[in-house]
Amino acid sequence: MCLAIPALIVEKHGNLAKASIGAVLREISLELIDRPADVGDYVLLHAGFAIHKIEKEEAEETLRIMREVLE
Amino acid sequence: MDQVIRLSHGSGGEASRRLVEEIVHTYLDNDVIRRLDDSAVLVLEPGRIAFTTDSYVVDPIFFPGGDIGGLAVNGTVNDLSMVGASPVAITLSLILEEGLPLASLRRILESVRAASAEAGVPVVGGDTKVVGKGSADLVFVNTSGIGVVPAGVDISSSNASPGDVVILSGSIGDHGIAVLSKRQGIDFETDLVSDTAPLNGLVAAMLGVTNSIHAMRDPTRGGLASTLNEIAERSGVGIVVEESAVPVRPAVAEACELLGLDVFYVANEGKLVAFVPAEEANAVLGVMRGTRYGEGSSAIGRVVGDHPGMVVLNTSVGGRRILSPLSGELLPRIC
Amino acid sequence: MKFASEFRDPALVRTITLNLRKACRGRWKLMEFCGTHTVAIFRYGLRSLLPENLILVSGPGCPVCVTPKAELDRAIYLSGLDSSVIATYGDLVKVPGSEMSLAEKRARGADVRVVYSSYDAVALAERLPDKRVFFVAIGFETTAPSTAAAVIRAEALGLRNFFVLSLHKRTPPVLEALLKRGTSVEGFVCPGHVSAIIGAAPFEPVASHWRRPCVVSGFEPSDVLQALLMLVRQLEDGRSEVEVEYARGVPYHGNRNALKLMDQVFTVTASEWRGLGEVEASGLRLREAFSPFDASAFIDRDIVSLPDPPGCRCGDVLRGDISPSECALFRKNCTPENPVGPCMVSSEGSCATHYLYGDR
Repeated sequence: MCLAIPALIVEKHGNLAKASIGAVLREISLELIDRPADVGDYVLLHAGFAIHKIEKEEAEETLRIMREVLE
Repeated sequence: MDQVIRLSHGSGGEASRRLVEEIVHTYLDNDVIRRLDDSAVLVLEPGRIAFTTDSYVVDPIFFPGGDIGGLAVNGTVNDLSMVGASPVAITLSLILEEGLPLASLRRILESVRAASAEAGVPVVGGDTKVVGKGSADLVFVNTSGIGVVPAGVDISSSNASPGDVVILSGSIGDHGIAVLSKRQGIDFETDLVSDTAPLNGLVAAMLGVTNSIHAMRDPTRGGLASTLNEIAERSGVGIVVEESAVPVRPAVAEACELLGLDVFYVANEGKLVAFVPAEEANAVLGVMRGTRYGEGSSAIGRVVGDHPGMVVLNTSVGGRRILSPLSGELLPRIC
Repeated sequence: MKFASEFRDPALVRTITLNLRKACRGRWKLMEFCGTHTVAIFRYGLRSLLPENLILVSGPGCPVCVTPKAELDRAIYLSGLDSSVIATYGDLVKVPGSEMSLAEKRARGADVRVVYSSYDAVALAERLPDKRVFFVAIGFETTAPSTAAAVIRAEALGLRNFFVLSLHKRTPPVLEALLKRGTSVEGFVCPGHVSAIIGAAPFEPVASHWRRPCVVSGFEPSDVLQALLMLVRQLEDGRSEVEVEYARGVPYHGNRNALKLMDQVFTVTASEWRGLGEVEASGLRLREAFSPFDASAFIDRDIVSLPDPPGCRCGDVLRGDISPSECALFRKNCTPENPVGPCMVSSEGSCATHYLYGDR
């Protein structure tokens, strides 16, 4: 019930931003997120709103855990 | 002349005559249509005649990469091509909504002219009617087409056979996403354009290397999944598709992610999927890749005797799922 | 797509799948609660990768599926009012009410428009001052904050023609209701984007009181498989905790900003869920202060809904008690073309996904 995808902020004017998910751009609102996000940051985009700012370290840590081969 | 279409333009009187002569014939001009006879009389080569018709009600009528006029011409040229016919001529019927700007009509007719010229298929006749405001979405178009099927060619949705290779002529989802990107309420920026194109040249090239194409269709409404299902159903065979072999442009994939759409159900307008015997596959693929509209061709799967009527997808991460036909309308979702 | 492609790497999926098979000794029954998880699982064909002794059932996390007919009938009633424009997400348009769906109402002349964002609905109201724009807001806590933002924006713009029919529902109360009713599910894959808003903490009672491990999961194939692995390991170890697989998307205590906004605009209310009946504190409605924007004010009569068609077992499917193929209507009378119940209408309903993507 929650389709959200990672998007890169490419332009910002106050609480509005232009976000890119590659070659597709969309105007989005930043007013819901908790931590400030700027051009160059990634956010989770849901129904036109950023709902969370993605931290690279957290993503990399998850990948590291996933890659471990268990005995 | 007025700047918009009025009811009088469709009534058969002076206004109608002027519309046809001054507007329509500026864009559609050839020996046959100039005769203004009640029917076009053509000489066809002996053989089986292919005959098709389609109506176009696309909204919006102008979209990135095309419009309803070009779409209609290409659509009918392609329907003829899909049974292996060489298209000979098409007709164009317009139902115009009162109030349609004349400039829009000119744009559409220019698009028809250009598509007809590119395909090398003349518009030999047509009709124009006008309906009151609200009775049409600006323009409805019908095109009918006639062509000749060469001897020895027998292409049908019911001819696919176990062992056949499934070849797709290029990336999927382009048209549907280009159109959706312009719909109110779901605007996003992309430089994606519709893939509307005439495929008669591509098909002629394919028939130049083989007479054994078993089945062939253009995956329009309902997308690739629906078309594959129709063929699987009618031929009584199963189809296995490798997701990683299906070309999808990154922007299309991204737009589908944004809107929660499955690209396998998104409409295409300039692509075909062909079922050829395994021993012909390489030759066909090779010749397709040498054409303008087939350069992205890819072998995407095989026909099998198992699970008749069903299409199975081997997913990009190594799983398996069933690709069902589309049910109802494809709508964006947030959940 | 960054932060997505890496999590779709086939080699990574293979590693996790092998880990999962190694770890899964016992027979376990898990539930993925969220409709978007249901779709992701089927889209990537993940069921075909699971070990035989791991059963995964789909739960009531599809907001369309759990919206009772009565609520849909209210939206349809609004669409019949003079000068009304219904703006809603694509998800809701095909769901049948007692007589018809919004799509069918549109075919009969109602002005029904699909929007991607709540702000698009506000913009519609600005553009059409002579119309009354009713935004039918469905979704869980992932979506409720954006509705709240839209109400606040409409207020700031001084709009008098923008109204919200809140059909929003809350997740943790329904998990509790499911558990109170009794379920054989042993662990939950929890919704990652709901938790982006509410955090993972609200699932603690499920783990501590009801002794069902919870793992908050992302939506890429490797996320889901990793979450299943984490659940299986908890069960094999005899633990029952809340863990977060989706570290990059979920702050443990939630998004305080979004929660504040939600609290400003909404208040918690009892709400009916298809298949579960009325669940305390499981819905959101507009607070008094925002009553000028409440579409409920326009519903001046009792709307009587028809009972669910006989044989419809959406309730049982939503609770995870039966799989879609165990419903007698599945594939026979109930298909995506002619859906009887909402599980088949919604593209992420259990029945629709089973129908489209197949069992296993």
